Amino acid sequence: MQIYLPIAEVSVNAFLLLGLGGMVGVLSGMFGVGGGFLMTPLLFFIGIPPAVAVATEANQIVASSFSGVLAHLRRKTVDLKMGTVLLIGGLIGAALGVLIFNYLKSLGQVDLLVRLCYVVFLGVIGGLMFIESLNAIRKTAKGTVMPTRKKHGWIHKLPFKMRFRVSGLYISVIPPLLVGLSVGILAAIMGVGGGFIMVPAMIYLLGMPTKVVVGTSLFQIIFVTAFTTMLHATTNYTVDVVLAVLLLVGGVIGAQVGTRIGVRMKAEQLRILLALMVLAVCGKLAFDLLVTPSELFSVGAVEGH
Amino acid sequence: MLRWLMITLLFALPAKAEEVVLGLSQDEVAITTSFDGSEILIFGAVKREAPVPEGELGVIVTIAGPSEPVTVRRKERRFGIWVNTDSVELDGAPSYYAVATSAPLDDVLGIRDNLEHKVSVPSMLRGVEAPSTVLDASAYVAALIRINTNAGTYQLLENKVVVDQDTLFRTRIRLPAALTEGAYETRIFLTRDSRVVASYETTIDVRKVGLERWLFTLSRENPFWYGLMSLAIAIAAGWGASAAFSLIRN
Repeated sequence: MQIYLPIAEVSVNAFLLLGLGGMVGVLSGMFGVGGGFLMTPLLFFIGIPPAVAVATEANQIVASSFSGVLAHLRRKTVDLKMGTVLLIGGLIGAALGVLIFNYLKSLGQVDLLVRLCYVVFLGVIGGLMFIESLNAIRKTAKGTVMPTRKKHGWIHKLPFKMRFRVSGLYISVIPPLLVGLSVGILAAIMGVGGGFIMVPAMIYLLGMPTKVVVGTSLFQIIFVTAFTTMLHATTNYTVDVVLAVLLLVGGVIGAQVGTRIGVRMKAEQLRILLALMVLAVCGKLAFDLLVTPSELFSVGAVEGH
Repeated sequence: MLRWLMITLLFALPAKAEEVVLGLSQDEVAITTSFDGSEILIFGAVKREAPVPEGELGVIVTIAGPSEPVTVRRKERRFGIWVNTDSVELDGAPSYYAVATSAPLDDVLGIRDNLEHKVSVPSMLRGVEAPSTVLDASAYVAALIRINTNAGTYQLLENKVVVDQDTLFRTRIRLPAALTEGAYETRIFLTRDSRVVASYETTIDVRKVGLERWLFTLSRENPFWYGLMSLAIAIAAGWGASAAFSLIRN
């Protein structure tokens, strides 16, 4: 069934969109990532204009994360206090990110920068997670007790300490604020929720327990992507609500399924799966940059039209 | 000046002998939610006051979509990866262009008339201006034609105009699903021995209707409320599906 999207101005198969939404939704529920880093390139492939894909994806992430957050709130696996601190950083970061994005757009190299950002971040994070999870699985297999995570000395010397009861942490607010800020900047530039960066940062940098990481990151993502959606809708007019609704109908159901799969799996297994997926997307993007394109020219709309 | 006058006179004289009477299956294309492209039937007749003139009759139909400036970029390998290096802004290239002819284009239309009336894709794009600072502007125009032809937005439909008894003609032209809104300029040329003897122009109006129109207008005129509405719909659907799911589970 073909459907015409009013803002994207293309006609696409409605079931294809539902299927894409569902597939990415399952991943979103399992790993607590928004799924934007997968969905945005997929939307490019089916012919949605990149600007519309990025803006609409932000809107869709709000919905798929909302149902995920509700599921996590019910299980009390959201650290609201930590989430709020991350959010404050995230909103400032998103505003900064849009400024940087528009500056690079005027230089005409934004596509390349977005792709390089993806390759570098996905490569580094995927690689680190993969090695870490592999080591953890090996240690559990040998029967040795997993060592408690090493506390970072410098993080504990910072001022403005705050107690985060749900996470069982007593740390300065500066690291979580900075994590939120950098995720906000990257989210706005790369057109993603930023969960795939925030989840590892929360585990390895802040030392939060894996159990609350997924719910807390979803909580932050909702508000940052909502803010990004509003910025895109009011400045670029690129949010396609019909596209968003189709993606989220599949996505919301997928997220519910994914959350349940995630509960049944061990944290190490989850992490190694996410690491493999991140590396796969990174590999594909890097390959596209290296291989000689079949068409050396590309046609695009002139900026400002 | 004198040459132009002569050309004009040459065209004006035979134009009286034959005229185009045109019919369209629709002079408006409405883009609805289920819009999946549209096929337009263009039909007409050759009106004559005098007996059928000498020469082979040819009919050419063109449809041109609204033109917007486009940027054509070229990639080059830099530091091992493919990077957009040079770009050219081209003005005046239509978003859609179709030429349908009753015989191979070169047989029904001479080179001079082709250029004069900007019929074929290359001659239509001859007027497209690139900044004078660009050395190989033609490479960019060629790329634009190639990309649009591969995407189906530029079409050459030779032998697709059916002519009956040297008088009646008809053709079907398919408009793709990805259409730009606006006035689609439709032209019909009658040729005798590769020379244009008569022409006719009209427009087909392509626009969004119903929900499509409403959403599009809202997003441009009240972007703030459109954004809030999009978020509200997303959150309501997210919450609704979540609630429905837990209801089913219990």
